[in-house]
Amino acid sequence: MIKFDHVSKGYAEVSDALVNVSFTIEKGEMAFLTGHSGAGKSTLLKLIALVETVSRGQVFLDGQNLNRVSEQEIPFIRRKMGLIFQDYKLLNDRTVADNIALPLLIAGYNHQDIKRRVRAVLDKVGLVGKEKSYPLSLSGGEQQRVGIARAVVNKPSLILADEPTGNLDPELSIEVMRLFKQFRQVGVTVFVATHDLSQVVESGCRQLILDQGRLVSG
Amino acid sequence: MVHLQALLFSLGQQLRTPFSSVLTIAVLSISIALSGLFYLLVKNVTHLTGQLETSNQITLFLGQHVSEQDGERLQRQLEKHRNIQATRLITKAEGLKEFESYSGFGDALKALNSNPLPMVVQVFPRLSLTTQQQLQQLLDELKVIPVVSVAKLDMQWVQRLKAIIVLIERGVLVLASILAFAVIFITGNTIRLELQNRQQEVVIAKLVGATNGFIARPFLYSGFWYGFLAGIFAWLMITGLMKLLQPPIEHLTRLYLGYQEVIFLSVMNSVILLAVSSLLGVVGAWGVLVTQLNRLKPE
Repeated sequence: MIKFDHVSKGYAEVSDALVNVSFTIEKGEMAFLTGHSGAGKSTLLKLIALVETVSRGQVFLDGQNLNRVSEQEIPFIRRKMGLIFQDYKLLNDRTVADNIALPLLIAGYNHQDIKRRVRAVLDKVGLVGKEKSYPLSLSGGEQQRVGIARAVVNKPSLILADEPTGNLDPELSIEVMRLFKQFRQVGVTVFVATHDLSQVVESGCRQLILDQGRLVSG
Repeated sequence: MVHLQALLFSLGQQLRTPFSSVLTIAVLSISIALSGLFYLLVKNVTHLTGQLETSNQITLFLGQHVSEQDGERLQRQLEKHRNIQATRLITKAEGLKEFESYSGFGDALKALNSNPLPMVVQVFPRLSLTTQQQLQQLLDELKVIPVVSVAKLDMQWVQRLKAIIVLIERGVLVLASILAFAVIFITGNTIRLELQNRQQEVVIAKLVGATNGFIARPFLYSGFWYGFLAGIFAWLMITGLMKLLQPPIEHLTRLYLGYQEVIFLSVMNSVILLAVSSLLGVVGAWGVLVTQLNRLKPE
């Protein structure tokens, strides 16, 4: 599903954010990416999400070389993945339902389908009854569940999460992790960047460790 | 369906920020109304001069010693001319009377021993004679009649007026073009600010797979609404101003030409006004989106 082949990434200000990183994540696998803050976790995820481009090496997604993707193709590749962020990145002037419906609206689903899918995913993340609320009136855990709902509503084959539990207390974090495992059970590849090692150990999933841009384990 | 949704949504966005929207629309509609008013001005003046054209006439001043009988004979001859519609003989006495009543210099004339005014034959060419060349030909023909001392075609001032109108028309065209650019730039700048205010939204939409086209759509509609609403307000402004100007204009034209109707924007004009102003709004928005949208990237 994801393949990194000798990937390096350098910024002007940080000389080497990633150094010669190679790994493969299979379809349907659930893996964690850990390391200190500044170790390059976010950079690595941004390369997969086509937010950044590599300096050297190649990134493959579903067999497609992301180095050779044109600006026009990017939106269509992003529709195959669900992105989850530490700061949720919700539209605070839209209702929960509208936030979740956004990827479907973008993909051109009809009104009926959108309604049905939004209802289904609200049920899955346990937010039934909150569809008319605005994000800022919800708790952090609820907001993150809205973010997760938005990421999975389009039934992506890959979920990328960058510190999804970074702003949540332990109980809510466990709740979020439980959701991820559910998605994995239906064949979705899940790749989570986190510094919360307890979660990783508890899950028993594969762990990739970054240290100063280098992959030291995985 | 999606388009309609986006169209209504963009209108909703404008209603949410009424103050800045009203300011933008006010500036836009003033620009558009100015163009429209200038256009109507030219249209009214050309309509006026169009009527002047039909009032072409040739004045024949007869020699000082030509008798009244000779004058009448000439008039009868001219009446039979194929290019002449009508004639009117003004004898010396009639001329004097007219002069007295119109000029107010009657007393001055009384001081003279004899009537200094020549006999005059007014010649009205057939309406089929429209070009300057045809009229000049007739004039040349009449000039050489022995009893005629001077023949004058009263058209020069009409031509000067027409030349001025052509100049004004050109000027209005230039001004309207400049104002059209102003509308494009004002809309563009407004859309740019909107884009800036909704940067977060644009970035999020891009992250969940929105194409530039999808993101651009509501902004394009926003540009459309600015143009369209400005067009409506411009129309109201133009029509209101013309209503205000109508009585004095009609009074003025009545004095010079008899009754004259003031021309307002026709239905066709109004449709074009709205279409053009909407289009300018869309063009302004489009210009900004093409240059700015690719720059807005997640982080």
